Amino acid sequence: MDLNFTPEEEAFRQEVRDFFAENLPDDIRDAVRRGGELTKEIMERYHAILNKKGWLGTTWPKEYGGPGWGPVERHIFDEESCAAYAPRIVPFGLGMLGPVLQKFGTQEQKDYYLPRILNGDDWWCQGYSEPGAGSDLASLKTRAVRDGDEWVINGQKTWTTLGQHADWIFCLCRTDPDVKQQEGISFILVDMSTPGVEVRPIKLIEGGHEVNEVFFTDVRVPYGNLVGEENKGWTIAKYLLTHERTGIAGVGFSMLELEEVKELAKKVIRNGKPLAEDPLFAARVAQAEIDLEAMKLTNLRMLFTAQKNGAPGPETSILKIKGTVINQELKDLGRRALGPNAAPFPGSLAGTNLDVAPDGHANNAARYFNNRKTSIFGGSNEIQRNILTKTMLGL
Amino acid sequence: MNFDLTEDRQMLQDSLRRYLADKYTVEHRNKVAYEDPFHDDAKWTELTELGALFALAPEEAGGMGGAGFDISVVFEELGRVICPEPVLGALMASRLMTAAGADQEELLSGATKYAVGLGELDAPYDMSGLTTTAKGGKLTGRKSIVYGGQAADVFLIAAKDGDSLNVYEVKAADASVTGYALMDGAGAAEVVLDDAPATLLIEGAEAAIEDAVNAGIVALCSEAVGAMDVLHKMTVDYLGQRKQFGRPIGTFQVLQHRAVDMLTEIEQSRSIVIKAAAELGGPNASRYCSMAKNLIGRAGRLVAEEAIQMHGGIAMTWEYPGSHYAKRIIMIDAQLGDTDYHLARVAQAA
Repeated sequence: MDLNFTPEEEAFRQEVRDFFAENLPDDIRDAVRRGGELTKEIMERYHAILNKKGWLGTTWPKEYGGPGWGPVERHIFDEESCAAYAPRIVPFGLGMLGPVLQKFGTQEQKDYYLPRILNGDDWWCQGYSEPGAGSDLASLKTRAVRDGDEWVINGQKTWTTLGQHADWIFCLCRTDPDVKQQEGISFILVDMSTPGVEVRPIKLIEGGHEVNEVFFTDVRVPYGNLVGEENKGWTIAKYLLTHERTGIAGVGFSMLELEEVKELAKKVIRNGKPLAEDPLFAARVAQAEIDLEAMKLTNLRMLFTAQKNGAPGPETSILKIKGTVINQELKDLGRRALGPNAAPFPGSLAGTNLDVAPDGHANNAARYFNNRKTSIFGGSNEIQRNILTKTMLGL
Repeated sequence: MNFDLTEDRQMLQDSLRRYLADKYTVEHRNKVAYEDPFHDDAKWTELTELGALFALAPEEAGGMGGAGFDISVVFEELGRVICPEPVLGALMASRLMTAAGADQEELLSGATKYAVGLGELDAPYDMSGLTTTAKGGKLTGRKSIVYGGQAADVFLIAAKDGDSLNVYEVKAADASVTGYALMDGAGAAEVVLDDAPATLLIEGAEAAIEDAVNAGIVALCSEAVGAMDVLHKMTVDYLGQRKQFGRPIGTFQVLQHRAVDMLTEIEQSRSIVIKAAAELGGPNASRYCSMAKNLIGRAGRLVAEEAIQMHGGIAMTWEYPGSHYAKRIIMIDAQLGDTDYHLARVAQAA
């Protein structure tokens, strides 16, 4: 048993920390600290900063222009980027399509798309969920029919995160309706500027625009936009579900969140004293801190397993479940710490000098509501429990 | 970073697991745990011959271990069979004697059984409320729920001499000792001291007591992890076997998800014990031990109650082994500071 990082890993941590201190622009840091939506310009600028350093494709091997990090280095990078108030890397091209092309793509596809992902030429989004296919993803209906050397696609995708910025979408499409559901799905790349693709915004619970519906009406794309074999798209979808999930606990974000809640509780006055001195509130914070401390270790234990076995095990679903629940609890504490001062709609008091929430906390209620998504997306926590039932309990 | 046990600890774990599985079956355990003297003296001797106690003390004190991870290996195995032997008293006494630089050969060989009397009726956890006093080398007061006290030859007793919190050694023969069974098996004693002859072991013992309590917390939390792991497996096995409505009840998602939630909390428990064990003896030990005891108190209650509920009536019976595991897991919370006590400590330190 040794809970310490090696001297090399500690040196790497310092290198990452120094990098962010020197290279992360103040305006980006401030935007992340405020919470809420980041502009496309900010995210692209941030990606370019990392790309210049060779650190953008955090899961990519060196041969494709990634840094070739192992699970521990990725973990250290995640922790330090959170601590520096750096944005989260937009995952669709870098964390999802990139690794898929590296494993399943043709040489031509790799040569064309991978550099464009790193260089920010293409913004990718994900076409998985449909109105009738959420947790039961394999029941998806968006239809792709081969017509000569083209696919003709009809159907609808939904919950398409940041699709409003996207140039391309990777889609799971039904290509054989007459076989078992999982065996008739293909993974197809679609240029969003193709005639027949329409993006409609979905306004979220807190008022933000981060997800969309994407409609496909007789959309024609080259047959060569197929990734992997025809009707083998489900294999790719499953690969993505197990690929690099050790960061899924969001421990870095929760650690930051905890510190913010503690700082906030020192500023908020209740019954003539700082809220931090209210034993009931302090106990709630302490309990979240304890759960997070355990989560940190659970995360490291699973990292260790991933490093030892070359791949994370099915128990990473525990990280998803518990990690999101802890983060949601912290968001709840951030909202409740403010009491009624969390109530104004984001931006209502901007520019008035009448702010009711301490600096950086005006969006706490919005962040709380928005964050309810984390236990729903990426395989809902109930789906994670189904996975664990099969893999860990054998029931 | 490495979460594998060292080879030595792996061997200790293997030999303890083999021995306990073979010799401490739950039938045997239940026979001895609820009948005077509430443990099995022959098994105690065999256990000590396996080196279970030597693993708890550092080399400079005559032992072969004494680190947090040594303690957690031993107690996790004891927890897996809900062993009623008074090993916790030996551990905590050993920590105090190591602090005092006292010879502990008799303790580590198992020849002399020790129990530690810290808590009192109205001050079960916190030493600030002690009323046992020392005067001219003699102790007067009452120590309550002294775990393992029914079998002890020697007590280490916390008492106040004026403003000084000290630890004294008292022979069992010099105290009035009333032993009894505990709800969850094993024994304890009420120890009444009436001008009892005592030997001063540690003067100004706050730090030594804190360390002994922290070691005890690592032990109890590890014991709980072992017991929770077994009870969870028992529950999952039962879900796979028990049929209602024509199919195994483990095919019902409502039970599957609850069994997964138990697993999640057990993994979190394991994690926080690793952290507490790693910090034991260091400047942050008390903080992480409090975190561990709080989390395990919560997780233990969930695991024990859900195990009973998901088994249904069978786990309400004395005959079913799971019921005894559930009792032990629940009652561990009341030893060395419960969930709320330790939550308050973490909150105050923040």
